[in-house]
Amino acid sequence: MKMKALSKNTRSNLITYGMVVTAYVVMEILLKAGMVSSLLRGLLVPLCMYVILAVSLNLVVGISGELSLGHAGFMCVGAFSSALFSLCMKEAVPAGALRFFLAILIGAAAGALFGFLIGVPVLRLRGDYLAIVTLAFGEIIKNVVNIIFLGRDVNGFHISIEDAFSLNMEPGGEVLINGPQGITGTPQDSSFFIGIVLILITLFVVINMVNSRTGRAIMAIRDNRIAAESVGINVTKYKLLAFTVSASLAGVAGVLYAHNLSTLAAQPKNFGYNMSIMILVFVVLGGIGNIRGSIIAAVVLTLLPEMLRSLNDYRMLMYAVVLIATMIFTSSPGGQAFRERYSLKALIGRKNQEKEA
Amino acid sequence: MALLEVKELGISFGGLRAVDDFHLTIEEGQLYGLIGPNGAGKTTVFNLLTGVYKPTDGYILLDGENITGKKTIEINQHGIARTFQNIRLFGDLTVRDNVKAGLHNHYKYSALTGILRLPKYYKVEKEMDERAMELLKVFDLDKEADYKASNLPYGKQRKLEIARALATDPKLLLLDEPAAGMNPNETQELMNTIRFVRDEFHMTILLIEHDMKLVSGICEQLTVLNFGQILTEGETSVVLNDPKVITAYLGE
Repeated sequence: MKMKALSKNTRSNLITYGMVVTAYVVMEILLKAGMVSSLLRGLLVPLCMYVILAVSLNLVVGISGELSLGHAGFMCVGAFSSALFSLCMKEAVPAGALRFFLAILIGAAAGALFGFLIGVPVLRLRGDYLAIVTLAFGEIIKNVVNIIFLGRDVNGFHISIEDAFSLNMEPGGEVLINGPQGITGTPQDSSFFIGIVLILITLFVVINMVNSRTGRAIMAIRDNRIAAESVGINVTKYKLLAFTVSASLAGVAGVLYAHNLSTLAAQPKNFGYNMSIMILVFVVLGGIGNIRGSIIAAVVLTLLPEMLRSLNDYRMLMYAVVLIATMIFTSSPGGQAFRERYSLKALIGRKNQEKEA
Repeated sequence: MALLEVKELGISFGGLRAVDDFHLTIEEGQLYGLIGPNGAGKTTVFNLLTGVYKPTDGYILLDGENITGKKTIEINQHGIARTFQNIRLFGDLTVRDNVKAGLHNHYKYSALTGILRLPKYYKVEKEMDERAMELLKVFDLDKEADYKASNLPYGKQRKLEIARALATDPKLLLLDEPAAGMNPNETQELMNTIRFVRDEFHMTILLIEHDMKLVSGICEQLTVLNFGQILTEGETSVVLNDPKVITAYLGE
């Protein structure tokens, strides 16, 4: 019984890893065969980014049971800190791979730092405070980034919150962050392969964490906070840990994003409220607490609007219909009964029965 | 020296004096009962003992150590574990994981060890599994180890809660109405279980209960609370025949 349970859990995780690797191999073959449209090719790195974001948010929403509405904010922090690093180190570290590796670490650290700073005061409270604070954080960080001007010349760094001229730089100085125009000239180190590797690392961290003493404590707190305290589990510590790890992984997604574009600017479109909500939609639709579901939902919901492009104006209408249909199918009693009756397992079971008869 | 010594314990919620001048002495290995009509303040006493509420007066000594006003998790680490009147299990976790959550502070490895799956992870998890199964066997729950806790029948959920509390390796076990909602057969079985826990684990147990058959069957000493104050205390048979107690329960 014990061995069976263990292997069942491990098997499920292996399927998740296998799914990602298979998707990568299939995609690579299609790319080699030239069967991928340029549109889809351009979507590959963002897809990886969305998957990382969805999986990391699931750690907060599904496993820890808290609501975070500012995941794009952590992504923004990771994106800007790592892009700045890469830009500064372009000459100092010419090796792209090493520089990108360091950039990822910096993005992860920046995300973790902000996650920690926000979590310390907020996670002590009960209720929906985290949702409110993270929502504000996402909006604030986006606006703060938009007014920062940072330059570098022979004298070192200059910072201003007015415009590029007030940096008072010596001739020959370069503007690194140009306010609303953001960071230009980030080396484009992201690739589909690195994106997949980062997804696998994210999965490794999240899945292993969930299936360990730490994950047990986090889920115990989610299920019953008072009981968790009564058996000696430090509630704030474990909530903070889950939130920080999640923010850090969102920072990694930001690194991937920043190094995929030549210009990085904080706009409502990429780091705004809508982005955070979209990530939440991936998590909810994929199933709260279901890691594999998050991956599938992120991929499907990113590809769907592109696939429906031929419908023009009806595109977003169809998107909404798909969302509603999925929710009915997965959550309503009728939908669940339907799924049970026509699931793969049930069909196979019925066939076996027929054979026996 | 007594295992638990409580003196002059009191708490006010605004103008309401929920518990006043409460005292309690429990010797090691005793099975002690706390009874009283509804609203007498029994669960409040439990919440004071486990740090859910901070007492406004008095002090609590556990094994000679002052634990007054400490946090719930600190008190648990000092050696008090409890169950709840309305069952509080980790519903989405398996039965085994509920007990393993109780073992949290006794089998440790860092979060990083868990993520990187270092050898220590496998070693400690194996020890935890063995210990959890041992405890589940005691409560005859080993066959349900992989069930979701919320899918267990009511009586077994009560048992699982006790198993989880015992997993924290307490010196004193507090049971809040363990027989609530049980039929006579289940209550009888529960009585045997509680006695077994006391003898097998050398546990000291303080329990709140309304079921007088259970109380008279297993408790050695009783304290009766009424309106937040001690009505009487002493040997079970003496207390239960006290006219004051009968009046408190049934009225004049």
